[in-house]
Formats: sequence, structure tokens, C-alpha cells
Amino acid sequence: MQKDIEYIIEPTEKKFLNFAVLWQYRELFYFFTWRDIKIKYKQTALGFLWAILQPLLMMSIFTLFFGRALNIPSQNLPYPIYVFSGLLIWNIFSTGLNNAANSMVNNASIIKKIYFPRLIVPVSSILVALFDFLMALILFISILIFYKQPVSWTIVFYWPFAMLFSVIATLGLGCWLAALNVKYRDFRYVIPFLIQVLFFLTPVLYPISLLKHPLLQYALATSPMYIAVEFFRLPLTNTLPNMDFVWISLASNIVFLLIGVIYFRRTEDFFADFA
Amino acid sequence: MKPILEIQDISKKFRISHQTGSYLNLRERVVNALKFEKNSTEDFWALKDISFEVQAGESIGIIGRNGAGKSTLLKILSKITPPTQGRIISRGRIASLLEVGTGFHPELTGRENIFFNGSLLGMKRKEIESRFDEIVDFSGVEKFLDTPLKHYSSGMQLRLAFAVAAFLEPEILIIDEVLAVGDAEFQKKCLGKMEDVSKSGRTILFVSHNMDAVLSLCKSGILLKEGGIDVFGTTQDVVKKYHLEMDQNVLSIENEVIKFIEIKQIDEGLLLTVKFNTKTPIDYPNLGFSIADISGHAITGTNPRKSKREFPNFSRSEGVIEVKIQSPKLSNGTYQLFVWFGDWHSNFFETKDPILFQINDIAEEHNRNPKLDGYVIPHCEWTVS
Repeated sequence: MQKDIEYIIEPTEKKFLNFAVLWQYRELFYFFTWRDIKIKYKQTALGFLWAILQPLLMMSIFTLFFGRALNIPSQNLPYPIYVFSGLLIWNIFSTGLNNAANSMVNNASIIKKIYFPRLIVPVSSILVALFDFLMALILFISILIFYKQPVSWTIVFYWPFAMLFSVIATLGLGCWLAALNVKYRDFRYVIPFLIQVLFFLTPVLYPISLLKHPLLQYALATSPMYIAVEFFRLPLTNTLPNMDFVWISLASNIVFLLIGVIYFRRTEDFFADFA
Repeated sequence: MKPILEIQDISKKFRISHQTGSYLNLRERVVNALKFEKNSTEDFWALKDISFEVQAGESIGIIGRNGAGKSTLLKILSKITPPTQGRIISRGRIASLLEVGTGFHPELTGRENIFFNGSLLGMKRKEIESRFDEIVDFSGVEKFLDTPLKHYSSGMQLRLAFAVAAFLEPEILIIDEVLAVGDAEFQKKCLGKMEDVSKSGRTILFVSHNMDAVLSLCKSGILLKEGGIDVFGTTQDVVKKYHLEMDQNVLSIENEVIKFIEIKQIDEGLLLTVKFNTKTPIDYPNLGFSIADISGHAITGTNPRKSKREFPNFSRSEGVIEVKIQSPKLSNGTYQLFVWFGDWHSNFFETKDPILFQINDIAEEHNRNPKLDGYVIPHCEWTVS
């Protein structure tokens, strides 16, 4: 028997993040992610193919309407590559945010019966989206080879950062919405709408330079996903974005993370009472 | 030696809103903010100043009526919900079983569910791997390990769930009523496993309505009443006090059609008294009852309509119904009572939680065991020729 364990249960815990406890429960991140991936693909006939098919179909549609019909500029990239790269990194955010925002409500029966750091639930649901991304990334790389697209060596630096920033953006908003969704079920209806709006406000389908007014460009850069999308395309386009926009987006990225995680932590103790 | 668990002045307040459901609705929030009147919420203390200490290796039974605060206390101890006031010092890892099979998913196979559930309960992956064969052995579902859980019978799911939980090795184990499910043989197996756990020197907090289980498992007990500790002593004393309170079992209800329900033992029969008050006069009052064993399996029950009893037209809105239940004769023990009330066509009221009552001092046969012989004592005439 371990005699040195001693802990105290008190009305509220004041720490921002209790890393020791999260570390102690690290295996649960894996198990939640693993379970969600298994369940997601178990009942589908095509299984993992869906992770690839979905962005592929979206790419075809957008290429047809935006690339061919509207002739939107694409920073000298073939439009399919332009839109696929954007969609790929965007899908971490849209799928992850949707998963995370509903994760607490979907796991209410577990939350009411067992203690574990609640943050594991939204984080794992985002990791599921990251898994889909990695599946689709394989397809994207084969498309790059097919188009004989030259790629800069900076890819080793920009791609991991693009992934990191998209996960941070998803985590901040995801935690916030997850907590709000437990308290007010109205948010269930807000989430798809919010994702749709952000999709058009983030330069996924078009370059930010398409907007002629500089003020509008600054406004769009406040999207926490702007930095992720730009970084992901950088090794392909080889054109550096306006650094002002990058800093604005990074700041918004971190502000949302802080708001989201703090709000989540402040309310998590009472999830079991509400859910 | 310091106690393994110190509970100091724990209180828990819930805010009951009279308009909304269990979760808030944004529209109501906005509307209430615009209106000047105060939202009609009411504070309710589910627990008030609970203090006690548990020594390492002790097993304590926590009993009390529905709503006495048992579940809330367990939830605070398991860190699911924080206390409003007070604190708990724990000198060991706590694992809680408020439900068996939490997180079980129908799409996952038995094997996958063992891993996920075990991990949720706080086991490390390596621990689960090393005990995997024992868990499967205990559950008895080895043939279906790679079958999705949705194809399991409910009994198999339960066995699998308990098997995972049985191999938890925390210093402090908190168990809520998990034995109230499953067949008699399986309950016995579970109880046996829990006795092993308590003999191995671990601390157990056990909440149950099943007094036999509490008596056999725990040396001391706590009787909770209206959020406070009524008695803290040996299990025998606590169970006796509990039975004493149950004997005069009256359930009074406000704002309902039914004003009170009382069940009393009279000699070897039962007397059920129900007072009602409806808004409009009622022609044919109809009262149904059902008596179940402590695990919730129905034993007997009826209503006047079922037994085709004719009453004269009643046509009043207030009255008392008395039911003398003379047969079947029940053996000693704790039972659950459920009551319905309505007219000949629809129900106006039904009990949500069972009302517990006690049957004592029945001149029983020697060595009667309800688990084997049943709860109903047969009336027989024997002839040997």
C-alpha cells in the first residue's frame, strides 16, 4: 500500500491547469480517442475511406464552382491543390470543434458516474479529428506528386506548426462551447452555424488579398485559423504572408485558448450537476 | 495511525429552480434577466455538516431512505461533484463504482470494453493486460470476447461489467447499490468477491438498500437522515434503527393527488392506507399496488379493476382507501412498495421511488432462505400415504 498519497477534496480547485493530474490520467486521452475512432468507423461500410472521401468530394465541388466558374485566384497553385490544402487543415478545426462542443453532452452518462479530469473529453475528440487529418494527408501528398508540385524544404517547419495552431484554435473554442453546451443546450444549434460562418471568414477557398479593403483583411486575420491555413500553404506557394496578419491571428489563437480553457475549468466541477 | 479518510463538515447545496428542467435554457435566462422579479429558485441542502472518519481496512455501510443524501455523499467522495462547504482528506486512492459498466459501448467488443471501462475506472493499461485473463474468467464470457456488446444479453453485460470492477485495487473502494441487479447466483458471487476485497485490508464504503448485504459486509454503519448523520455505530445498531424508522413507514406528499401512503404490518398481514384529494370529484377511485423484493423484482400486486371488484359510485374528491393484504404471506425481510392511483381510465399518480417496508416476527419455518425458498411462504397441507 502506498502511504504517501494524501489529497484533499475541497469546494473549488484554483489552478489553471493541473498538469500532474492530467499526466496521471494520460492513458485516458488515448483510450477516449481510440474508442471514438473505433466507433466512428465501425458501422460504416467504407470505414477509414470516409476520412479521405469527404475532403476529396469537397475539393471537386469547390474546384468546379470557385476555381472554374468564378476563376478565383489561387496564389499560382493549381486550384484543386489550393482548395484541398485549405480544406485539409480547416477540417481539423471544423470536425474537431463540432466533436469537442458536443463531447461533454455525449459523454454525460460517464461524467455523472466517474471522476477524471474533464478536459480529457474535448481534447480526445479533437485528436479524433487530427487522426482524420492524417488519413487525408496521405491522399494530399499523392495529389502533390500527381501535379508534380514543387515543395519547399520549410515544410518540416511550417506543417507541424500549422497543425499545432489548428489544434490550439480548436481546443480554445471547443472547450468554451463544450462547457456552454452543458449549461445551455441552445448551443447545439449555434455550433454548425458558427463553423459555417468561420469557414467563409477564413481564407480557405480564396486568398486574403482578394479583399481589396485593407481593414477587411485585418478583420479576417482575427480568425484563429488564419495562421494555420497560411502556414500550411506556405511551403507550396513560397510567398510569405503579411506578418501583421500572422501576429493578429496568433494572438486571437492564444486569447481563445485562454478564454476557452479558463471557462471550462471554472465550470467543470458542476458538469455532473447540470448534465 | 491517521485515519485513511477524514470527512470534515461536508455540506452540499443544490439550487432548485421551479420553472426550468435540469439544465438551463438560454431563452429563460434572457427572459428572466429582462423581468424584474427574482427567479424563483430555492436552496436545498442535500447534505449538512457531515463529519466522520474511516480507519484503514474498515468497511462502512451507508444506509438511509431515498433522498437522505447517500448518493450525494458518494458523489462528493468520488470527486464527481464538489462540496459546497467542508473538506475531505484522503490518504489513499479512491475508486468508485456508482454504476457497473460505465462507458460500455454497444458497438465495441467485449475485449475493447474491458480496456476502455478499466481505464475509466483508473486502471493502467498494463494492469488491465496482466489481469485480463482473470477478468474474463470471472465474467464467464470468454466465447464472446470479440463479439460487439450489443449482441450480449443483459446478464452477460452485467457480469462483464462487474468482472472489470472486481479487479480494481484502490485503497478505498466506494460502491453504490451495484448488487441490486442481476440474478441471485451472480449477486452471491459479487458479494463473495467484495468480502475478499474487504478481507484483503482495503477500505470499503458501501451504500445499499439491501440490509442483508450491509450486515454481512460491514462492521460499522452510518444512517443518514435528511442530509445529516442520524446514527454512526455498529452495523447491527444502525440497521435496527433503520428498521425501526421503516416500521412506521408513512410517505407524506405535498402538492399531489396523493396526500399520504402508509404501509403497516398487522400480525402476518399488511395494511395499506392511502389518502387522496383530487381537483374534481372522482367516480371510481382505483388504487394499484405492487410489492417487490429488495432487488426490485415484483412479487405480488393488484388493483380493484384487475380483480373485478365493484364499488358504488364515489363522486367525491377526497377520501381514504384501505387495503388489507392478507395473502400471500411474506417471509421476514425488507420489501419495496409501489403505488398507482387513478380513476377507472387513467393514472393520476405513481410512486417514483419505492417505499421500503419491513416484515418482522413472522413465525417462519426453520432455516428459511428467501433466495432459495422464495419470498412467499406457501400455505400447504401435507399428506403422506
